[in-house]
Amino acid sequence: MSGFLIQKAGVLALLQDQGRFGYQQLGLTQGGAVDKMAFYWANRLCQNKLSATAIELTVGGMSLLAQGKATIALTGANMPLLINGEKKSLWQSHTVVGGDVIEIGYAQQGLRSYLAVSNGFIVKPSFNSSATVCREGIGGLRGEKLTAGDFLPIHALTTLPKYHLKLALKHQPVYAQEVVLRTIPSYQQHHFSAYQQRLFYSSEFKVSEQCDRMGYRLAGKAIKANIDGILSEGICHGAVQIPADGQPIVLLNDRQTIGGYPKIGSVISLDTAKLAQLGQGGKVRFEPISMEAAHNINHLAFSLFERTQLNTC
Amino acid sequence: MKIHIAGEDALIIYFAEQASPHIAAKIQKAVTLLQKDCHDVLIDLVPSYASLLIIFDLFKCDHHQLRNRIRVSLLGLNHVDKLEGKLIELPAYYHEKVGLDLQRIAEKAQISTAEVIDIHQSLEYHAYAIGFAPGFAYLGYVDQRIAMPRLKTPRMKVPKGAIAIADRQTAVYPSVSPGGWNIIGLCPIDMFNVENDPIMPVSVGDRIKFCPINQQEFLRLGGQL
Repeated sequence: MSGFLIQKAGVLALLQDQGRFGYQQLGLTQGGAVDKMAFYWANRLCQNKLSATAIELTVGGMSLLAQGKATIALTGANMPLLINGEKKSLWQSHTVVGGDVIEIGYAQQGLRSYLAVSNGFIVKPSFNSSATVCREGIGGLRGEKLTAGDFLPIHALTTLPKYHLKLALKHQPVYAQEVVLRTIPSYQQHHFSAYQQRLFYSSEFKVSEQCDRMGYRLAGKAIKANIDGILSEGICHGAVQIPADGQPIVLLNDRQTIGGYPKIGSVISLDTAKLAQLGQGGKVRFEPISMEAAHNINHLAFSLFERTQLNTC
Repeated sequence: MKIHIAGEDALIIYFAEQASPHIAAKIQKAVTLLQKDCHDVLIDLVPSYASLLIIFDLFKCDHHQLRNRIRVSLLGLNHVDKLEGKLIELPAYYHEKVGLDLQRIAEKAQISTAEVIDIHQSLEYHAYAIGFAPGFAYLGYVDQRIAMPRLKTPRMKVPKGAIAIADRQTAVYPSVSPGGWNIIGLCPIDMFNVENDPIMPVSVGDRIKFCPINQQEFLRLGGQL
């Protein structure tokens, strides 16, 4: 059987797709790639459907043995990529054949990268998705992160393509250590005084050590709501929850579906992707934008994504 | 009924200020109506106590269009009967050894921990929502005397099966997770297990009663300490 044998799984390697939708009523979270655009690019470079299953690698340190012909592409955080010891470019497709060794080093910029393979990794879907959510024990191979010895089956190529695809440098994102999170004031924003809102939108926060795919807890000036809690309600992606200690938590893909802390607004997904590329100590600021502006930004970004041609090389 | 913005692809409908069995029934009906009338733009729905979060495809409609469609669809909400869910009995091992916050609740209420337990198990609760984690059922309402605000800083790890209180809500944690609720005991029953049919013993609208058990029974029923 064709596929990839994991020799070293690295810090955190998870099989992910676009996410799991339609099951939040059972309490199942969304999951899926936290940097959606980087994930999409990895699949486009392999000429896959955008939703094909890829590996989301956090921090890095992975090694895989190819068993069969395939194209691969690594996008996202800048992690050194070696095939049979030879340095290769990110944001570009490469061909591998049986016996080739793929090594991915540690991130020098950004935190998470995406390794896609032609036709996607074959994973039996759980609740219509391959997305791994460790907290729930759902998705991926066993509801867990990948470990050494795991075998990831693929549909191998019969012939290797004659050219590679590459995303031009000017279209590749730069993962900064300081990001601005565009936020739609929403939910319980009226339970924060004008002063507290100004404080929130003018202060700088640091990413605390409690940051993962569920949410990023930030540290900075304490923001106070005029209520302690609310009747628990559905939490959307990017919602900024303010617990009683005043330290904001930006909720991401593996968030709890319902919660009772007041929320001041929700960060747009293009910016939660940048947040998820930050590690502890990264700096963030919030900037208020309207729902209409958020829609424009999303449409423009996706339209640019669709119009951007890959170069052959 | 108020419709507010939640996020770039999400609106939230608030049906009332407080939850009640009548509102729960209304929300259930709203879910059915929206799934029928707005399926082409819906991505997910998250019903809860008195609200319904609607996640939509922002590449297919904007929030103005969706608000109009929601209002039209929910005109059908007029006559909803009260829900009468089935009665589920959940065994509960209440003890200070596992109920890490029993003592604090007792102190606040100026009663004994035995009384806290007695008050908690004496009432029948309604399942108003499922969320936060797979199988996490929000039950309401506990007696005012044992109501307790969430912890100021949530715990990083709450054990599986923890029976807990937040304000006047109570719940059983279906798996290990972070959480800010006050723990009063442990339940040995799986609240979410893909191998079981149904996956969850509790559905929205069900009535729930906690039945005290001792440590021996807890272990015999598969509980782990």
